[in-house]
Amino acid sequence: MNLTLRVWRQAGPKAPGKMVEYKATEISPEASFLEMMDVVNDELTLKGEEPIAFDHDCREGICGSCSMMIDGHAHGPNQGTATCQLHMRSFEDGATIFVEPWRVRAFPVVKDLCVDRSAFDRIIAAGGFITAATGGAQDANNVLVPKVASDLAMDSAACIGCGACAAACPNGSASLFTAAKITHLAQLPQGQPERYRRVVEMVAQHDAEGFGGCTLHGECQLACPKEISIDTISRMNRDYMVAAAMSQEEKVGGGTG
Amino acid sequence: MTRAVSFWSSTVGKKIVMAVSGLIMVGFVILHMVGNLQIFEGSAKLNSYSAFLHGPANEVLWIVRVVLLLALVAHVVSAYQLTVLDRAARPVPYAKRDLQAATIGSRTMRIGGIILALFIVLHILHFTTLTLQPAALTEGDVYANGIASFQLGWVTAIYVVAMIFLGLHLYHGAWSSVRTLGFERGRLDPFKRPVAIVLALVVWAGFTLVPVAVYFHLVP
Repeated sequence: MNLTLRVWRQAGPKAPGKMVEYKATEISPEASFLEMMDVVNDELTLKGEEPIAFDHDCREGICGSCSMMIDGHAHGPNQGTATCQLHMRSFEDGATIFVEPWRVRAFPVVKDLCVDRSAFDRIIAAGGFITAATGGAQDANNVLVPKVASDLAMDSAACIGCGACAAACPNGSASLFTAAKITHLAQLPQGQPERYRRVVEMVAQHDAEGFGGCTLHGECQLACPKEISIDTISRMNRDYMVAAAMSQEEKVGGGTG
Repeated sequence: MTRAVSFWSSTVGKKIVMAVSGLIMVGFVILHMVGNLQIFEGSAKLNSYSAFLHGPANEVLWIVRVVLLLALVAHVVSAYQLTVLDRAARPVPYAKRDLQAATIGSRTMRIGGIILALFIVLHILHFTTLTLQPAALTEGDVYANGIASFQLGWVTAIYVVAMIFLGLHLYHGAWSSVRTLGFERGRLDPFKRPVAIVLALVVWAGFTLVPVAVYFHLVP
């Protein structure tokens, strides 16, 4: 396959960037999108040019690093896949493909297609954890979890924190990420002690990072490589309303002191 | 107090304010539409309804007006503040972006909201205060005022266009407000939102029918 790429090039965080055109020639349709980028980078390196910087790690859809806006779609045109799971057979021979970094104020560009997603780490640090009692592991089934709750928790826990939701959102909102992390723990008994403090503090951190608000366009759900549902946002809002009605003492709750 | 401040300062809190105030206005819009349709039962029926609202039900009318004004202010202020935050969240636009899930309703919420806000001002100046008189209007004769106004093509056109935006606004708003308030099963398929579709179509048709019918001399 022969393709034309229009790629965002930016030398550093403060440097001005622009779209630059590259030719990708004799690409196998079986190649993954990242392998195609590797081929282009090999050629750039041989020509003595700076290769295109992009994040990648596991290349099997579980690490969430390979964040690219491909032809106007987060992680490319296919649903339920990350960029590394996208193959060149999904494109027409001779196509022109736009490749851009996530465009969200809270994810500043580090270089070319690499963005800094530490904002997500800070949202997690604000409340996406439980104060588990330490010690020996309990027997299985010591804490009973209804099947529906464990399914919902697993659906939310599938989030790999790639940032596609915020990248795809017309409002630059990371509501789907934040809601997935909140509802994952809110479904489980272990998440109850900090449930209402968590929702308030994680939403506050989401806002403090400069993400926008949710208007339920639904773009995030289609962009999500793990197909997390916008229902998580409804669940987050429900907990947020309950938390707003609580006094500060109630919200802080018991914990495992 | 701090609870209210922290609620209002979050994007989720503002969104909930927007959803609740929106639903209050949805309720009003349905009542208003049903009231309007009495024009098809003739002058006596519509004018006696108006006389009832301004006579025996006057206190209720004013309570409703105050609630609606508060809801409108809350809706507009939260919409404005969220729009500012949302715009700031993406300072650099994409060179190419292909939206997949956003509907014509969700995409026109902001522009439609501005058009509806302007329309509400015009509409109140027109039929409530009688400040704007496209044709000669008399206080209390709601039926005659409607007939006189909507025989003018340009007046009818303004109302018809505004009601298209009301329908679109309701289609997304009726669906998204209840999701915002915590109801699950938010379907992305734009045709699998039966309540929102029916509500938007009924309200759009009910409001559009009156000026169009008057314009084409179909009102008794």
